[in-house]
Amino acid sequence: MSDLIKLTIAEARDLMAKGELSSRELTEAHIDAVNGADPLNAYIAKTPDQALAMADAADAKIKAGDATGMTGIPVGIKDLFATKGVHTAACSHILNEFKPEYESTVTQNLWDDGAVMLGKLNMDEFAMGSSNETSFYGPVKNPWRRGETETVPGGSSGGSVASVAGFAAMGATASDTGGSIRQPAAFTGTFGIKPTYGRCSRYGMVAFASSLDQAGTVTRTVRDGAIMLESISGFDAKDSTSVDIDVPNFEAALTGDIRGLKVGIPKEYYLDGMSPELETLWQQGIEWMKAAGAEIVDISLPHTKYALPTYYIVAPAEASSNLARYDGVRYGLRNVPEGGSLDDMYYTTRGEGFGDEVKRRVMIGTYVLSAGYYDAYYIKAQKVRQLIANDFAEAYKQVDVILTPTAPSAAFAFGEKSDDPLAMYLNDVFTVPASLAGIPGSSVPAGLDKNGLPLGLQVLGKAWDEATVLKVSAVLEEAAGFTHEPKIWWR
Amino acid sequence: MSKYIIQGAKDDFEVVIGLEVHAQVISNAKLFSGASTEFGAEPNAQVSLVDAAMPGMLPTINAECIRQAVRTGLAIGAEINKYSVFDRKNYFYADLPQGYQISQFKHPIVGEGIVTLDLGEGRTKDVGVERIHLEQDAGKSMHDQHPQFTYVDLNRSGVALMEIVSKPDMTSPEEAGAYLTKLRTILRYIGTCDGNMEQGSMRADVNVSVRRAGEPLGTRCEIKNVNSIRFVRQAIEVEARRQVDIIEDGGEIDQETRLFDPVKLETRSMRSKEEAHDYRYFPDPDLLPLEFDDAFIDAARVSLPELPDEKRTRFVDVLGLSDYNAGVLVAEKESSDYFEALLEALSSKSKAAAAKVASKAANWVMGDLFGALNKAGKTITESPVSAAQGADLLALVEDGTISGRIAKDVFEVMFETGKDAEAIVEEKGLKQVSDTGEIEKIIDEVIAANPGQLEQYRGGKDKLIGFFVGQVMKATGGKANPGVVNKLLKPKLDG
Amino acid sequence: MSDIDKATVAKIARLARIKIEDDKLEPLAGELNNILGWVEQLSEVDTDNVEPMASVVNAKLRWRDDVVNDGDKAESVLKNAPKAEYSFFTVPKVIE
Ligand SMILES: [Mg+2]
Ligand SMILES: [Zn+2]
Repeated sequence: MSDLIKLTIAEARDLMAKGELSSRELTEAHIDAVNGADPLNAYIAKTPDQALAMADAADAKIKAGDATGMTGIPVGIKDLFATKGVHTAACSHILNEFKPEYESTVTQNLWDDGAVMLGKLNMDEFAMGSSNETSFYGPVKNPWRRGETETVPGGSSGGSVASVAGFAAMGATASDTGGSIRQPAAFTGTFGIKPTYGRCSRYGMVAFASSLDQAGTVTRTVRDGAIMLESISGFDAKDSTSVDIDVPNFEAALTGDIRGLKVGIPKEYYLDGMSPELETLWQQGIEWMKAAGAEIVDISLPHTKYALPTYYIVAPAEASSNLARYDGVRYGLRNVPEGGSLDDMYYTTRGEGFGDEVKRRVMIGTYVLSAGYYDAYYIKAQKVRQLIANDFAEAYKQVDVILTPTAPSAAFAFGEKSDDPLAMYLNDVFTVPASLAGIPGSSVPAGLDKNGLPLGLQVLGKAWDEATVLKVSAVLEEAAGFTHEPKIWWR
Repeated sequence: MSKYIIQGAKDDFEVVIGLEVHAQVISNAKLFSGASTEFGAEPNAQVSLVDAAMPGMLPTINAECIRQAVRTGLAIGAEINKYSVFDRKNYFYADLPQGYQISQFKHPIVGEGIVTLDLGEGRTKDVGVERIHLEQDAGKSMHDQHPQFTYVDLNRSGVALMEIVSKPDMTSPEEAGAYLTKLRTILRYIGTCDGNMEQGSMRADVNVSVRRAGEPLGTRCEIKNVNSIRFVRQAIEVEARRQVDIIEDGGEIDQETRLFDPVKLETRSMRSKEEAHDYRYFPDPDLLPLEFDDAFIDAARVSLPELPDEKRTRFVDVLGLSDYNAGVLVAEKESSDYFEALLEALSSKSKAAAAKVASKAANWVMGDLFGALNKAGKTITESPVSAAQGADLLALVEDGTISGRIAKDVFEVMFETGKDAEAIVEEKGLKQVSDTGEIEKIIDEVIAANPGQLEQYRGGKDKLIGFFVGQVMKATGGKANPGVVNKLLKPKLDG
Repeated sequence: MSDIDKATVAKIARLARIKIEDDKLEPLAGELNNILGWVEQLSEVDTDNVEPMASVVNAKLRWRDDVVNDGDKAESVLKNAPKAEYSFFTVPKVIE
């Protein structure tokens, strides 16, 4: 196994700038790593030929002096992002190996910067899941195991985190609707960041819940996250919810200086029955912040408890409508019973094309929007969503960032929660509030539990202030000194 | 016109009608994509990936469609909502790619307004408009191209529509027809919809209910997508009759969607549409609220041309046209355009105030021109005689070059050949003779040739002057200026 | 508030155009009731005088110029179609 795959994006960039490394060498090493990581099931489509062509183009770009932070860097792309001519199915059977005739803005931004595509990454079907067990292409395995027990990588960006944690990509695109970047990052000891809603274009990103979906990145370090996030960010006229606001130099924000910064600790995030390890880790995070000169402020986010139920109305409602286009008419799967009508085609195609979790959520969404229930469920949820956003707005009058655990537990074993939707949903208890409020958040690997599995701390920031989130994340990363790596069992 | 009454076996019933008109907005590109709205392209040639609802595609709104909706609202004196919201209307159909239509439900862009109907003989009636909202058109399904398949073309998918919803203010098929006629006139004047019902750029859903006089509103049925004004009138007649028959038989009206069959002259239930229609409207999370300021509305207002009712008033008050003539001329934008172009040219050519020649011009347009067009089965835009040519012809009458009678002959040739009036007059030597010497000579000849009649005249038979005028005109082939003839003839006859 | 029985599940499935086998209706009703029962804790929250939040983006809709710059790509549009003929998408015949 080549050492090249252990490089960070920043290190590789600097070596390439000095002419000591070519993107081709780096990419070849990663193509090997991708093939070697098959047991993780992180990649559901590989694009080695394209990768090498992109690597050569990147090398030319570097020679010409046009390099940016991502030039020549091999990355994996979540199957949710449309990549022209390449498998884009949001890991659903209903898209039936769909190959779009277009490119998502997020990936186009990466390619414009000279990044290299290794392939498409596994995910929960339509990003609905917290364990990557709902993918049509089978579950992703966490490179980290609990002893000999295999664990889930978290979800929905399971392929993204597994590829990065398993050294089969230097970084990966991901998407977060209710925690789908942060929770899996925490499960795999990687750094995940979800920027402010509107920071990255949703154009070409298969929609789950439009008012919540936001692209982001998974990397092994905070610095790499800053570099990659900057590349995918930016205003896009093709997305009406994209906001025209300057993208700062995120890497420059990593000054390490957080003296005087106010860090909020929300009391509502202390859950009954929270594991003592997690509480200890959180306390440790608070100490690290203090040691770095930050001021700790106790805050209250009173509606936290209602975030999950709110989310499980809003997201399914939007999803039930967003997924109506998968009807077997223009693309994707079409199953018609012999002599069947148009309606028969809809029923069969959608009945056979969607997995159980997707069906469940489409059904909930359809129900809460239907006549007689709209006000009681949907409007009520939108109102509570407003209260949750107000909680954060109030808190940010006192503090600059908020520090919490990312997930209520470390990675769990396959099947442990998949029989109980509610138990699964509770995984997102710490991540969902920020998604509802549209604010940026990250998960920083901060320690290991007693079984040797990674745990993460979550940093939440003010809208459009990813720079501070990154700065604080880097200080945590430094203090935690998280240098653990999973034992490589998969090759 | 007396009240429209449907006589049942026992009671008299009145009908209550409301119309939902879908009017296709005139714009270059679609409401939420950059594909063209042009009619008649190859299948799926005017479809963007947004219109085809490819995964991850997003809507962005066309400013012109917003402006056109606001202009339409202003033209019917409606309140314009500076804040409106796009919602998704969810249902499945083969030509609805997204699985929902983007429409406006709770917060439409235009609120209440009024359309004033012209019911003939100077009678008018105000019909309330409840709202106008913007929404996407669907694609087109063709069921008769293949024995097993329906073909779907998405060229219309995403074209902007204005749904103009009236209040249930109409009480006869005639009023419904007058409403559609007037609405179409207004839309065409302001250029927000071409009003072409055959091509489907304007279609009406007709809500019909009946009740005994004085009773509260009955249960209504909605007749979907009626595509001509005549069919709307017929559909109302047969639907109202159907409902009366049911009620008189002791039955009840089911609120449902129906389809009008113009061949069988009946409406029938569209049960398929009824089944489980729960549209689950909710605000489209891909779009933000639509907002604009007063300056935008003011600019839209300034861009409006003179509206038909304003024009009609001006034609009567300023140009002195009869109310009837003014009404006919403004009913079609093309007619009033023609008339106004002709009047302007005529007034400048003959150096006469517009008001002085307006009535003559109107009579000519409505008489000679409309008559010829009618006979030839042509519309005014297809007229072989342009407004400028018409003005030339009328100017020749004004300045005495030809007589009114000759003008009719000249127009006939113009209409057939498209030639200019002057050329025809020249070619055929039709110029009026006003030369007194020449006319005097002919009068002398006529008097000399008819001594008997002269004697009778001088003996007191005054009426014989007509005989002499006729003889003079005959001798000149009708070209003698009748005024000059009259002036010269009398002294000579009197001796 | 929520009381989803087999018939309701069947009705929702019909609205959503998802075929659900008869023997799955009952278990699904149970699951949906569980989830919706849990969701009902929202009724504890006082939301009087609170505006429903449809988007976190606090801006008005951006407008596009009325320019034709898309379309003319029937091939791309039809490329992934499960069935197409003569540049039309085709579906099982609809009898109106
Ligand atoms: Mg309607
Ligand atoms: Zn409509």
